[in-house]
Amino acid sequence: MERLEVQKTYKLYINGAFPRTESGRYLKIEDSDGAFLANVCHGSRKDLRNAVEAARKAFFGWSQKTSFNRGQILYRMAEMLEDRKQTFMECLLKTGMSNQDSQNQVSDSIDLLVYYAGWADKYQQVFSSVNPVSGSYFNFSAYEPSGVVTIFSEGEKILYDMIASFIPAITGGNSVVIIVNQNSAPCALNFAEVIATSDVPSGVVNIISSIPSEIYEHAAGHMDINNIIAQSLSDDDLTQMEKLAANNVKRIIRSEEIEPSPYQILNTLEVKTTWHPIENISSGGSGY
Amino acid sequence: MKLIKTIKKLHKPDKVKVDQTSVLERVARFQTRSIKKESKEIGLKLVLSMIDLTTLEGKDTDQKVKQLCYKAMHLHDSYSDLPNTAAICVYPTMVKTAKTALSGSNIKVASVATAFPSGQSLLQIKLLDTKIALDAGADEVDMVISRGKFLEGNYNFVFDEIAEIKAACGKKARLKVIFETGELVTLDNVRLASDLAIAAGADFIKTSTGKISPAATPQVTLTMLDAIKDHYLKTGIMIGMKPAGGISNAKTALQYLVMVKETLGIKWLDNNWFRFGASSLANDVLRQLEKQRTGYYQSADYFSID
Repeated sequence: MERLEVQKTYKLYINGAFPRTESGRYLKIEDSDGAFLANVCHGSRKDLRNAVEAARKAFFGWSQKTSFNRGQILYRMAEMLEDRKQTFMECLLKTGMSNQDSQNQVSDSIDLLVYYAGWADKYQQVFSSVNPVSGSYFNFSAYEPSGVVTIFSEGEKILYDMIASFIPAITGGNSVVIIVNQNSAPCALNFAEVIATSDVPSGVVNIISSIPSEIYEHAAGHMDINNIIAQSLSDDDLTQMEKLAANNVKRIIRSEEIEPSPYQILNTLEVKTTWHPIENISSGGSGY
Repeated sequence: MKLIKTIKKLHKPDKVKVDQTSVLERVARFQTRSIKKESKEIGLKLVLSMIDLTTLEGKDTDQKVKQLCYKAMHLHDSYSDLPNTAAICVYPTMVKTAKTALSGSNIKVASVATAFPSGQSLLQIKLLDTKIALDAGADEVDMVISRGKFLEGNYNFVFDEIAEIKAACGKKARLKVIFETGELVTLDNVRLASDLAIAAGADFIKTSTGKISPAATPQVTLTMLDAIKDHYLKTGIMIGMKPAGGISNAKTALQYLVMVKETLGIKWLDNNWFRFGASSLANDVLRQLEKQRTGYYQSADYFSID
């Protein structure tokens, strides 16, 4: 008897679980030949709200982890992805990509994870500074995560661009909510399984499939989101969003092309400068 | 004589058995009610007016209590039509501070007593504890029952203790009786404790201390509401209800109101008869009200911590 294949239902990824959208809506997706591929959740603003609540709860623990530990967890994601290469290649092939291109994109994605895993415990010492001041004070500037980052991932390279958009944010200790469009949904939600098995605490990364433009304004007005990264925003959308974002002075970053760089990590960080009195600095013969 | 009758009545199995499946089913129904914008707003304000804003920590200080009192009086000053919370709930040693801080307002001071939260102490100490709270001016006393005695089956002991504390409260203060339902294990026990406390003179029955988990759940609350309803239908006397502990978001609070309305009726939708014991609920309700007003989801960053 012929065996009936078990199809995967692509659900959202919120707070470490895979719930359906609360709205009950769905989007139909097709492969590159126009054949039916799957139904994915059409996430709503309430899903966004739930994801932000989860991200906010997770933020504290994640940002308090040592940078070294965050690096280990990112590296673990690379290991998990390496293991599932085949799944992601098939996912990309269905979008009409060539065999070679799919393979490259998956390999590049793995390398990208390792790249940021390495930076996790290094960006702080590279970019922080001891500032010269005229007085007997130490004056330090150090980077701190800003909180919850919402990312609209609509890049051309479905897998690579999504990873490139959110990994810098979590490397720096933020928690993220990623909104992907329906075409990226299968790939993105497969990646949720990588995250779920990599010791990333629940709620640090949340993924919602939806029509991103539907969510723009809700994210921009949301008072508990600290940063928005969007990959394809029209000028009008950007203006509109920035007006709403002013309510809690959230940063909106429009980034079309994302080159791997430690400066990407700084995008979602804030600088904290502190003053410490120096007690009798030179009597011991040392500046410190 | 009355006591013996009560206990006998309580021991008839058919009087005590709670239909657990039906309770679960009903509770599940309450949780699916959709509440539309206008009713939600009214509901949220009602919730605020029913809160016993609570701080019961070992680290409580006079300043912390004063701060909490201020919060109770000024929930969100940019609203002109916002109610105060119903009461402040503190330890007996803090009653005086709270009473002074709240003077001039209509907010009551509730004090826990009787060796809260464990209740593991002697009756004379419990009575003294209650007296200290009353002398300091408490308007309401929240006592705990002796769960150990209850679970041993020593219902007479529990009944007598409640009756003694009630006598001590007299007309000075309303008495809330805390069962700590998380330790009573079964709904049958919750129902039995409810009937017992009501018979012994409780003005309010209250689920939990908030110190152990599970605290208030819709299931135990519904069971207790049913006890209140049966008592009311029999005698015409109203008893108050206070779920406490674990109710930290507005949505859950609204579901409780639905449950009260549909079990006891509109008369109980009033802070004389229904209270929430909570510390963080008020902030979540304010967040939701602000969401209704501005259209945007709110952040805890913009509301006071205590």
